[in-house]
Amino acid sequence: MSLLKYESQQREPLVDGNKDYHQVTEDIIRPIEMKPSKLWYIGFFISVGLLLFGVYSVYREVTYGIGQWNVNKTIGWGWDITNFVWWVGIGHAGTLISAILLLFRQGWRTGVNRAAEAMTIFAVMCAGQFPIWHMGRVWMAFFVLPYPNSRGPLWVNFNSPLLWDVFAISTYFTVSLLFWYSGLLPDLATVRDRAKTKFRKMFYGVASFGWTGSTKHWQRHESLSLVLAGLSTPLVLSVHTIVSFDFATSIVPGWHTTIFPPYFVAGAIFSGFAMVQTLMIVVRKVLNLQDYITIGHIEAMNKVIVLTGSIVGCAYLTELFIAWYGQNPYEWYAFKENRANLFSPYGWSYWLMMFCNVVSPQLFWSRKLRRNITVTFFMSIIVNIGMWFERFVIIVTSVYRDYLPSSWSTYYSPSIWEIGFYLGTFGLFFTCFFLFAKYFPVIAVAEIKAVLKTSGENYKVKMSDLEKADAEKFYQEEVGHGHH
Amino acid sequence: MEELKSFVVGSFTDEKVLFPAVKNVRKAGYKIHDVYTPFPVHGLDHAMGIRETSLHTAGFIYAITGTTTALTFMSWVFTKDWPLNIGGKPNFALPAWIPITFELTVLFSAVGMVLTFCYLCNLAPFVKKHHFHPRATDDLFVMVIECTEKTNDAEVQSFLQTAGAQEINIQEVETGWWIGRYDREQKLYKEEPGY
Repeated sequence: MSLLKYESQQREPLVDGNKDYHQVTEDIIRPIEMKPSKLWYIGFFISVGLLLFGVYSVYREVTYGIGQWNVNKTIGWGWDITNFVWWVGIGHAGTLISAILLLFRQGWRTGVNRAAEAMTIFAVMCAGQFPIWHMGRVWMAFFVLPYPNSRGPLWVNFNSPLLWDVFAISTYFTVSLLFWYSGLLPDLATVRDRAKTKFRKMFYGVASFGWTGSTKHWQRHESLSLVLAGLSTPLVLSVHTIVSFDFATSIVPGWHTTIFPPYFVAGAIFSGFAMVQTLMIVVRKVLNLQDYITIGHIEAMNKVIVLTGSIVGCAYLTELFIAWYGQNPYEWYAFKENRANLFSPYGWSYWLMMFCNVVSPQLFWSRKLRRNITVTFFMSIIVNIGMWFERFVIIVTSVYRDYLPSSWSTYYSPSIWEIGFYLGTFGLFFTCFFLFAKYFPVIAVAEIKAVLKTSGENYKVKMSDLEKADAEKFYQEEVGHGHH
Repeated sequence: MEELKSFVVGSFTDEKVLFPAVKNVRKAGYKIHDVYTPFPVHGLDHAMGIRETSLHTAGFIYAITGTTTALTFMSWVFTKDWPLNIGGKPNFALPAWIPITFELTVLFSAVGMVLTFCYLCNLAPFVKKHHFHPRATDDLFVMVIECTEKTNDAEVQSFLQTAGAQEINIQEVETGWWIGRYDREQKLYKEEPGY
């Protein structure tokens, strides 16, 4: 049974070190049972501080109105929607890892999927803040829901991409949460069953829903995970597609582009993987999980980064070419003067984006750099700065000069409360992530155990002896002794 | 007063030993109540004679419910209840409804499936179940055999020992949903290729 799935020696082990099932449990669950380190407290309190600053910034915005921000007559979206698109994009890597790589049977996803899914949920929570508070009169936010009302009933406009967004983001959040939590149940049960303290017994007892590990339950669980992965795959593609429709269905030069859906999705995965790298490099070090999140994992993610970064680069060049080739003077002006001209007011942001997203990831063609943790960490930050500027470029440079040159004058830069709101979502994100890293298994324990005997270092060594054996015998003894 | 039932519980440390044991136990005519494992052991459900789950079929039904809900609702709103003139475009704007229809399809299917999963497996917060062995969620594969009037407990124990089980004991448990009931799920053992 242990070798139902044969894995070649050529492949790097997914789990390093001499591990058995119990050791896996120990390694991953132990941080939950220990007192958090000083670093954890420092990080957590910085995050809470940022969150409080964000809460105050939002309080100002709600009390005094959108005028607290520097958005103006042509730049109505500014930082706010830039941040929205950026955070949604970051969420995409989690779903890609948990769903798409599951369908593609990529074994390495097991090391990082749990934390990446958590990242998705927190990132979508942050993203959702921006359109909600941008409404200004936020107490009327429920107007976006199609409920029978006393105004007719006057329904929402189902033909509007902004409403599609409401459905896409809320569905995405719900499905990601269900996917993540159903995967967590068995691992929470593991924490429960070894709990010593009263609090832990109670908390994980409630949280694990009474999971027992029954074979029938596992069978249903497998079926559930597979179908949720199948549903999440088109879902994640649809979410950023719909976000891109917010722009692409308009007739604003620079936005009115059919290339947007695939370009946005690639960019989302690109920035999401960068964020996963940032988080994982810290987590593996702090929680001592280098055996589970190996250099091989980091390399695999860097390969995705160089691929999606290059897709994004292709998209930039394509839209530039089409803007020129399309012979629409307004479109070409938006690209040539508002963006590509380095000396135009926002030209710097376009070239910063180009450098961060297109040029710098090319370093990852080198295997040595892909496997270098320091380089990867810096690159992950650079990519996320670049991807933030991509959204900034799309939003601001397309609208700061509209068809009416008299309204061109203002140079848009954010107010302190606009920045505070953005920092506040960092606070929210990291507060959630610190709590998650402390109280939940950051690696899918059960899934690691399921691949341990095919991909664990100590088992792979055993396999090389088997490889030398007669193929017929090997099959009979290891693969063929049961069940179809 | 609840009825007490006794079970012979044997733990295995290696799934490689577990598989032939499952086969032999069933072949000998004992009734496996359940096997508790720390991770999904592929093929174990089949070896135990548990039928395939139909959860995915339920997922499909929820999905098409979502599709129809979205389409009928939007059609009704925009063609019957409050037809809006949007630039003279058709009220029945099917292409524009594809995104929301898709999202609701996914939403209904996912939520429905998870709820069904929890319902079928009796999973919910504050649910308390009987756990035969605390290490079944750590590193042991715990086989639980139901004892009937005809079963000789000692015989089952020694049988399990020969099959490679460690830590064998007998547990008396009040019967009820908290121990799980799979009588309808399990097929009788029969010699067929693949077991």
